[in-house]
Amino acid sequence: MPKLTIDGIEVDVEAGLTVLQACESIGIEIPRFCYHERLTIAGNCRMCLVEMERAPKPVASCAMPVGEGMVITTNSPAVKKMRQGVMELLLINHPLDCPICDQGGECDLQDQAVGYGLDRSRFMEDKRSVKDKTFGPLIRAMMTRCIHCTRCIRFSTEIAGVPEMGATGRGEHMEVGTYIEKALTSELSGNMIDLCPVGALTSNPYAFNARPWELKKTESIDVMDAVGAAIRVDTKGPEVMRVLPRLNEDVNEEWISDKTRFACDGLKRQRLDTPYVRRDGKLEAASWDEAFAAISAKVKDMDGSKFAAIVGDMACAESMTALKDLTEALGSRNIECRQDGAKLDASCRGAYLFNSTIAGIEEADACLIIGSNPRVEAPIINARLRKRYLMGGFPAAMIGENVDLTFSCENLGAGTDTLKEIAAGKHAFSKILKKAERPMLILGQGALMRSDGAAVLAMARQIAEDNGMISDDWNGFNVLHTAAARVGGLDLGLVSGGVDSILDGCSSGAIDTVYLLGADEIDTDKLGNAFVIYQGHHGDVGAHRADVILPGAAYTEKNATYVNTEGRVQRARLAVFPIGEAREDWTIIRALSGVLGLTLPYDNLDQVRQRMLDINPVFGGDDQQTGGAWGDFGKAGSLDGGGFASPIINFHMTDPISRASETMAQCVEALLGEDKGKTGTDG
Amino acid sequence: MSTTVEQPADFKFSAENKKKLKGIFAKYPKGREASAVMPLLDLAQRQHQGWLPRAAMDHVAELVGLAPMRVYEVATFYTMYNLAPIGENHLQVCTNLPCWLRGSDEVMGTCKKKLGIDVGETTEDGKFSLSEMECLGACVNAPMMQINDDYYEDLDEASTAALLDTLQSGGTPTPGPQNSRKGCEPEGELTSLKDSKGKADA
Repeated sequence: MPKLTIDGIEVDVEAGLTVLQACESIGIEIPRFCYHERLTIAGNCRMCLVEMERAPKPVASCAMPVGEGMVITTNSPAVKKMRQGVMELLLINHPLDCPICDQGGECDLQDQAVGYGLDRSRFMEDKRSVKDKTFGPLIRAMMTRCIHCTRCIRFSTEIAGVPEMGATGRGEHMEVGTYIEKALTSELSGNMIDLCPVGALTSNPYAFNARPWELKKTESIDVMDAVGAAIRVDTKGPEVMRVLPRLNEDVNEEWISDKTRFACDGLKRQRLDTPYVRRDGKLEAASWDEAFAAISAKVKDMDGSKFAAIVGDMACAESMTALKDLTEALGSRNIECRQDGAKLDASCRGAYLFNSTIAGIEEADACLIIGSNPRVEAPIINARLRKRYLMGGFPAAMIGENVDLTFSCENLGAGTDTLKEIAAGKHAFSKILKKAERPMLILGQGALMRSDGAAVLAMARQIAEDNGMISDDWNGFNVLHTAAARVGGLDLGLVSGGVDSILDGCSSGAIDTVYLLGADEIDTDKLGNAFVIYQGHHGDVGAHRADVILPGAAYTEKNATYVNTEGRVQRARLAVFPIGEAREDWTIIRALSGVLGLTLPYDNLDQVRQRMLDINPVFGGDDQQTGGAWGDFGKAGSLDGGGFASPIINFHMTDPISRASETMAQCVEALLGEDKGKTGTDG
Repeated sequence: MSTTVEQPADFKFSAENKKKLKGIFAKYPKGREASAVMPLLDLAQRQHQGWLPRAAMDHVAELVGLAPMRVYEVATFYTMYNLAPIGENHLQVCTNLPCWLRGSDEVMGTCKKKLGIDVGETTEDGKFSLSEMECLGACVNAPMMQINDDYYEDLDEASTAALLDTLQSGGTPTPGPQNSRKGCEPEGELTSLKDSKGKADA
């Protein structure tokens, strides 16, 4: 461990660290623009210059490895002057347009200019200006403001794995951009906005909407996919202005996907803000009492077995608990959370979790992906896989569609035939899995949604067991979910005969009343003549078919529990209140139970959470990943032929919120060149 | 820049150049094919009338296994890669200090006057393009200009005009000093080392 002296303080630091990191370790702040902990070192902004004894010139601390006996000074007049000089040079070509720049108030350049710069400019010549570029609908580029730190270039090349950004030209004429005008195609591109230390890359949908000091910041959890990324919801009055990532090393590090970040404008459109009741075939606004009365009239003396409930992809554990209790109180067992028809097995927790954990991917040394496209199903997990790949020694292969996952991943075949070969140990990749110490597999919903899903699940379990993926200190069997509600639903035991049996029951008349808790991804035509109660926040597919609509709260509008694909219990927090007459979801079901004379035994959030805990103790572990028990799950059987296909065809529109989002519609248009979501009468 | 240029849809190396590719790749260790990006771009430029269309850069990127963006970065960094159509004869006049002291203004002026174009422009017949260069490292024979791959040195108004006339008529002028000098020996006769005749003094 090298020992060095920084500003007269002796420190022992790990070899291989940089001087900048050593300074940080004892709380000395070094200003920087280009240096970023998660990116490679560029050393081109020069802001981090420090003095080093016996060095003739100042050294860039971000790029200087620590050495034994180094003497570093960061607070001398010389260092102060260096910083002023660098700051002056950086500001030479930076426009003085802070009042009209969206980065104002959260700008590194602004802050550091105040902290380390001079109070006036000596530069009298013309500033350089750069023609504006287009990076697609998400990022607003004002490249005149760019200080060439190259963070965005390094991010797109290293983290996102889509090397579209670059620096063209040189010297005075260097420009950061894509060279060819086009929309960025990475699912993580929005993170460049956070990385940009100046206002060159800012959020396009958020442009000129608010200043950071006007915003109320609420720490919460994302529900756009099953990753459960840590987010911060910024609100102004009753409006969600933007969503930003929060640091969570175990889940999303500091990245979030573009859908997480930009779909929030969907929270303002197509909202259900009042109850509706269908009268004479037309949905009409109603009061809560009228809506409950309509349900009561239908359900009250009904045979319980004729009642069924389907839970959607964004339902919170609280509302699922309440709905489960209500369903049971009505005398029915037909409650189903596997809305997409995946043949997930709830018999043991290990059967449906991402057991290795997301951070655990970095410990794996071989990977087999079955019927999943993590790049669109969970971009954050894909970024982690890529990170592991870049560390080296990570042979990866996939069975399913041949897609570009941004890292080297061999396509072994399209479907079940290849899976059988691997299971039999006959495939060349089996050898790699056998040899690996910590192999992992990722089983996607695309493989489980098929009619032979249970057999695929059993075969995947067999592959995991045969190839040493299951041991005392390692579980490499991973199910990648696409819905934020799914693991919570399985933990609460919301499984019955499957969503198909409920829909078939509706068609045949065996089921008379269906309660859809935000379930929009089902084929509503199959609901037949059933009486449909829809509780949710958006006027999407389910609401269109409903006979009674109960307006609920979106994920930013309630204190709610979600369990991510790893089995990590996390709490989303209320950032704004539900719109209009809408209420927090569990309270709606609780109120309805009262009207039906089946009052559920909880009156506040704590009591609901206690009830969740009674059903499954995992809900006690706040922000904790609890490993799952292993068991004999899946149902061995014959496999149908054919290939696996990812359930997500269109990354930008997967749920009621992103389907209502204008920003996401623009992305679809820009990237897929389709006019999905357009009615033909707009624009 | 690139947006205003009409780009061909496709680029492929000719059969002859494909053979050369092998030789170029052989110069670099296995697994380091990306190092061949610059000679390949040069080869592509020579095949494609002296300029690099985007399709050629994309093709080179594919051959060397780089992201297209990385190749654009290289091609835009170096001024010897032309990203827009260029005249048959690319007149690159050095205007740095030694050439300027020795009369590069005359050379440049003659080019402009005779061809009727300014720096950065191409004649209508597509025969000449004129560029202003930073030091090309031939100060001993200043003033000079580079035409395509060759240096033409010790220029003045008359010899520049003569050069342009030869090129205009389709001929190839002899590279090197355009006066009586031999290489970079002194004008007239040798002024030193007269007796040594190539041998070191005893």
